[in-house]
Amino acid sequence: MKAAVLVFPGSNCDRDMAVALRKVGADVTMVWHKDAEIGDVDLVAVPGGFSFGDYLRCGAIAANSPVSQALKRHVERGGYALGVCNGFQVLTETGLLPGALMRNAALKFVCKSTPLTVATSDSGFTGGYTAGATITLPVAHHDGNYTAEDAVLDQLRDQDRIAFTYADNFNGSRNAIAGVLSENRRVLGMMPHPERAVDAATGNTDGLALFRGLVQQLADA
Amino acid sequence: MQDPIITPDLIAAHGLKPDEYESILSIIGRAPNFTELGIFSAMWNEHCSYKSSKKWLRTLPTTGPQVICGPGENAGVVDIGDGQAVVFKMESHNHPSYIEPYQGAATGVGGILRDVFTMGARPIAAMNSLSFGLPSHPKTRQLVNGVVAGVGGYGNAFGVPTVGGEVRFDASYNGNCLVNAFAAGLADADKIFYSAASGVGMPVVYLGAKTGRDGVGGATMASAEFDDTIEDKRPTVQVGDPFTEKRLMEATLELMATGAVISIQDMGAAGLTCSAVEMGDKGGLGIRLNLEDVPQRELAMTAYEMMLSESQERMLMVLKPELEAEARAVFVKWDLDFAIVGETIAEDRFLILHNGEVKADLPLSKLASSAPEYDRPWEPTPAAAPVGDIPAIDPIAGLRSLIGSPNYAAKSWVYEQYDSQVMGDTLRIPGAGAGITRIHGTTKALAFTSDVTPRYVFANPVEGGKQAVAEAYRNLTAVGAKPLATTDNMNFGNPEKPRIMGQFVGAIDGIGQAVTALDMPIVSGNVSLYNETDGTGILPTPTIGAVGLIADITQIIRGTLADGHTLLLLGDTPGHMGQTALLAEHLGRNEGDAPPVDLVAEAAHGDFIRANIANITACTDLADGGLALAAFEMAETAGIGVTLDTDDTAQLFAEDQARYLIAASFDQAEALLTAAAHAGLPITLVGKAGGDKITFGASSTPLAPLVDLYRSAFADAVA
Repeated sequence: MKAAVLVFPGSNCDRDMAVALRKVGADVTMVWHKDAEIGDVDLVAVPGGFSFGDYLRCGAIAANSPVSQALKRHVERGGYALGVCNGFQVLTETGLLPGALMRNAALKFVCKSTPLTVATSDSGFTGGYTAGATITLPVAHHDGNYTAEDAVLDQLRDQDRIAFTYADNFNGSRNAIAGVLSENRRVLGMMPHPERAVDAATGNTDGLALFRGLVQQLADA
Repeated sequence: MQDPIITPDLIAAHGLKPDEYESILSIIGRAPNFTELGIFSAMWNEHCSYKSSKKWLRTLPTTGPQVICGPGENAGVVDIGDGQAVVFKMESHNHPSYIEPYQGAATGVGGILRDVFTMGARPIAAMNSLSFGLPSHPKTRQLVNGVVAGVGGYGNAFGVPTVGGEVRFDASYNGNCLVNAFAAGLADADKIFYSAASGVGMPVVYLGAKTGRDGVGGATMASAEFDDTIEDKRPTVQVGDPFTEKRLMEATLELMATGAVISIQDMGAAGLTCSAVEMGDKGGLGIRLNLEDVPQRELAMTAYEMMLSESQERMLMVLKPELEAEARAVFVKWDLDFAIVGETIAEDRFLILHNGEVKADLPLSKLASSAPEYDRPWEPTPAAAPVGDIPAIDPIAGLRSLIGSPNYAAKSWVYEQYDSQVMGDTLRIPGAGAGITRIHGTTKALAFTSDVTPRYVFANPVEGGKQAVAEAYRNLTAVGAKPLATTDNMNFGNPEKPRIMGQFVGAIDGIGQAVTALDMPIVSGNVSLYNETDGTGILPTPTIGAVGLIADITQIIRGTLADGHTLLLLGDTPGHMGQTALLAEHLGRNEGDAPPVDLVAEAAHGDFIRANIANITACTDLADGGLALAAFEMAETAGIGVTLDTDDTAQLFAEDQARYLIAASFDQAEALLTAAAHAGLPITLVGKAGGDKITFGASSTPLAPLVDLYRSAFADAVA
């Protein structure tokens, strides 16, 4: 798998994402936000962090970066994209995924490990999990409260595009949504951090199946 | 704009005493102008000059084979083998945080991170030690919420994991909270950057964010007591921008890799003044600055304002002129300012020009080296009266008083607001003893802890000073780490009072003895004095931040208690009840002496733990709350009951030092008992794990409601 990790000036999970991707054998390139081209890769990962400080709406400035135009073209070509945390916010701000991430219901930053339900195994990202299974992933965000119009929520449900839900909906997300897929199922945005759960030394490897599943999917394709 | 006339009132408003002003006159042989007065005030305030504390700080042990650089630079540097070094320091931001909790705490974190990356190290871990007034005090809730949000807001956006810390409440902090921020970074041992300038005619370059009027006079404010004019001081608090700091860190580390940096200094307290003087003084050079070249974000700033601004996220460096283009390109890439604002000069002058006009012309070395130094009168703290009779108590009720107090309840409400896992190397998150961060790409790790028991220091500064170090040593040991070195953040009241100065002198004595005996020299630190409001001082709070090395992450002690485990207590329990948490929280009494600290026993017990890691499943040090609280915390973490054989108050709640509670399987316990017998160390079987109750001798209660209380008490008190 060839993967690109986008680097905005305030990204801070870019290295973590690259480490996780390399762990499953990906060939990883870091791509600077001012670059207008991403190159020919299978996956573009938009990492967590505070892309441009997020003093405005999280991810709003990043969504207008030169590299985000290249990201859109990659997705239009049918490429895979994974946005985690701030990356999920960027994907909603670019319009590549529906909905928006508002401030957590309790208005506080939350960092902890939290149980998630795998809502669908029907995607390149979630094929390594069993639908309905409970996994635990770290979360670390201030603005992870997912919202969308009722019609969008219905559509996500009807099209089986909800990837993960919170077992304990601590941030107030509508329908407890923790991650959503695009219509072609090749773009995933999620607030929890699978890249922080790929190493037994940290005590959690529940994120590994996501990255391994993706490698498998691309190998099978 | 016309500069004000220098009057006695103006001099006093700059925090300069009449005799200090006299020495300015004799140094420069004339009256200073307004800008010069500001510069002297910035350099000679307590915060920057350490004028009351220097004499005593010099007595601290600061060397050892592991120490690459001790106090005096931005942070201490310690060898961790394999060509790498850990760079760390702890620093207070007490006064600003009380005035404006969010920004005060945020910029405290920003300042300490900058100290670390200025040395060439990428920050890899942060901690914070917070002291607040009583939860019932009207200001406390706002301060706790603001400070915690500020610490998180800065560190989370910057992208450094917060792996440890402490939070305490005491009436003495009602008018003066403490915010002590720690940061540690990783660097190649042969690529450390220092502040001493070298070479004449070298460009002095301004890096980072633009200069505004925020924080003008902040260091002087932080060197005074508070009174009811405190609200007027809000404009002296700086405003933090972690996004700029993150870029400044990346750009600085890239810049260092180009080889263009001769010396570098962050602009912290007293901003441009302090950083320029320090680089010149350490290099034996003068500095000329042209202020019109300083990047400014406000119109019509005066020389005085620019020299005293404490705008954040700025650095000053001396550049190798032949590499200017490469250096500038790095800052263009990160969209940060890069401006040549002056040069090094051979004469001993600090020459400040603004649009061609001389705004200050001072002997540079005198600014730094002739700062006043005081040998303040001090009184030893009188011996504490012994503890009065302690009534018979129900030990379960005693435990409930502890875990229901925000002082000893779980702190998850706090640390869940901090990103503890960014960078992917956190092996142990906050919440129980030391935090652990793997050294990226290796199988080594560093352990971090922050400790002090202020009520001990108040009762007995020498033993209290020792105890703070000993507890840090034990917290590192309990995860299997070898303590390496220490940073001290000395928070005290008004040093002009002999009683307060005596606390400081005693604590330094105790800390010095302990770091020598436990081989964890002081490599950096910070002093915060005048922590008083309306004449009432805080409990003396010498916060100890310590770092330990774990040579192999498979050797970390990180197991949890399991059904059938044996509980062993390493160390003696003579039953010292003075100044215990039980007395304070259950009986409302602050009495007695601090527990004596036997440093030989501390070292021996620590070595025993490290030598027997294979036979220890879980381990915790005993501190506040003694055996009872340690056993409860182990039970709470594992979700399994614990039975201790004793229900004796002193055996359960005494705070004798040099003790660890160990959970071990039957075979492990046998091996430990044998090993301890060989070593001649006191180890006793005190209980076992199993079931779903907490049992102390004849008293027993279900674990689950205690766990609920422990996990909710903090938020109930202050959220």
